[in-house]
Amino acid sequence: MSAPLIELRGVHTRIGDYRILHGVDLAVPRGAVTMLLGRNGAGKTTTLRTIMGLWRAAAGELRFDGVSLAALDTPAIARLGIAYVPENMGIFATLTVRENLLLAARGARTLDELDTARLEWLFGLFPALRKFWLYPAGKLSGGQKQMLAIARAMIEPRRLLLIDEPSKGLAPAIVLKLIEALRELKRADATVLLVEQNFAMARALGDHVAVMDDGRVVHRGAMAELAADEALQRRLLGLSLGAHQ
Amino acid sequence: MNPTPAGAAVPAPGFDARPFALLAALALAALPLVGDAANWATLTLAGLAMGMIVFVIASGLTLVFGLMDVLNFGHGVFIAVGAFMATTVLGAMGGFVASPSLAANLGAVGAAALAGMLVAGAAGLLFERLLVRPVYGRHLKQILVTTGGMIVGGELIKLCWGPQMVALPLPPALAGVLLLPGEVTLERFRLLALLVGLLVLAGLLLVLNRTKLGLLIRAGVLDREMVEALGYPVRRLFVGVFAAGAALAGLGGVLWGLYQQSVTPQIGAQVNTLIFIVIIVGGLGSTLGCCVGALAVGLLANYAGFLAPKAALFSHIALMAAVLLWRPQGLYPVGAR
Repeated sequence: MSAPLIELRGVHTRIGDYRILHGVDLAVPRGAVTMLLGRNGAGKTTTLRTIMGLWRAAAGELRFDGVSLAALDTPAIARLGIAYVPENMGIFATLTVRENLLLAARGARTLDELDTARLEWLFGLFPALRKFWLYPAGKLSGGQKQMLAIARAMIEPRRLLLIDEPSKGLAPAIVLKLIEALRELKRADATVLLVEQNFAMARALGDHVAVMDDGRVVHRGAMAELAADEALQRRLLGLSLGAHQ
Repeated sequence: MNPTPAGAAVPAPGFDARPFALLAALALAALPLVGDAANWATLTLAGLAMGMIVFVIASGLTLVFGLMDVLNFGHGVFIAVGAFMATTVLGAMGGFVASPSLAANLGAVGAAALAGMLVAGAAGLLFERLLVRPVYGRHLKQILVTTGGMIVGGELIKLCWGPQMVALPLPPALAGVLLLPGEVTLERFRLLALLVGLLVLAGLLLVLNRTKLGLLIRAGVLDREMVEALGYPVRRLFVGVFAAGAALAGLGGVLWGLYQQSVTPQIGAQVNTLIFIVIIVGGLGSTLGCCVGALAVGLLANYAGFLAPKAALFSHIALMAAVLLWRPQGLYPVGAR
């Protein structure tokens, strides 16, 4: 088995006086979707933000394809090929859909320099982006904003996608569309670390799973194993996936 | 790639022209009060020219605040640096300044503007590195430190140019008035200021709306953290914007000094409150809003100065209160902060 694309060992993160992560150990395999599950406040979002350098790790080691992230700032970490979709989507509200996508394409200075084939692929996944191309992103619906946020992370090939609760606040029909789009991404062998509270989505997409509790990873394994073991689900998450179909 | 792909079914929403309608309403409301149409037109043109100078001064400050959430109360230092550089350069170019030729006069003022911008821009780089950078994200400290920077900067200016007022007379071809049809008059220098202001506005809008750099600045104003997560070093961008803002303040200082025809070390402090009002009225971080706000302040100051001179002292504060009651985030809000 090849080395994981990103690996966290004993990572501690503090925000002010609060200790949020208490020694996170996590490995994200290449070309697979790893779900990061856990109750509210378990430290999932903090883990993603720590990887991106938005909050600094107080201790521990973070390595991306063998490169230590400790001394790098957020832009340098992003330029290693890591795309981040935050929980609030991070959409630039007064910029148009077109401008949001152009901004995310670091290699393109103008629209003419965007990869047309890739853009068409994204339009295929998220048709609303084509429809609202010239529209301010802040005026899109919640689902459309989420699609724009994910498309922005995919506008150029990235080595790792960090996506934080993409289904949060979305209607079930929109979540199904989002699952379809992320499945397409999975077929393209993307490496994804996906934080999610929607367990149906986790089961539909996840290859691997890590469950967090109280700032630590308390379980790691195959998603299929967790999905099949209701007793384990109850123990780790306090509920069963079967109840969330 | 075609900038608008086939199937882009929803058009871009229309431009919000209501803030411009405010300017028109302000001007029309003043007409019956002023009474005489020629006087009204003269006051309106003078107000627009004054507004454009204020816009040039404030345009950098609004981007600095919008992009990095920095409350820079020391912006006035760059205005004073620009104005004093004008006294030095125009003093050294006596032949050009005294010449009746418009080209020679414009050459001298252009050289003064260039020197003012360069020195103010360099002062801005120093100011950012020494004073602003250590207090990023701490508003109270920013107010204290940048106000201290303003005081220290003022003292350094006194060391270089002395504490006295320095005369800055207009070159002959820029002095005097133009007679327009209908007995409307316009000071020649105000026409120049109006043109310079329009050029600065066009340049800023071009950069902000038509280039990737401008896109980055606008996005940074909205969500700095997300721009960094996309791989762009916002802090480096901010240093450039800070220096450019200081250079524009320097240019504004040259214009303001020539407008007043004298320069004192307090020239920056005198307009500091005014420019903060302008950027709040316009919407923090908005260049277009800053321009409309500055024009409204300029118009109101001229009408009030003519109709009720004592009211001119607080007219811009009344304007700010009225605008914020109408649009609490300013004329052109740039998004939730």
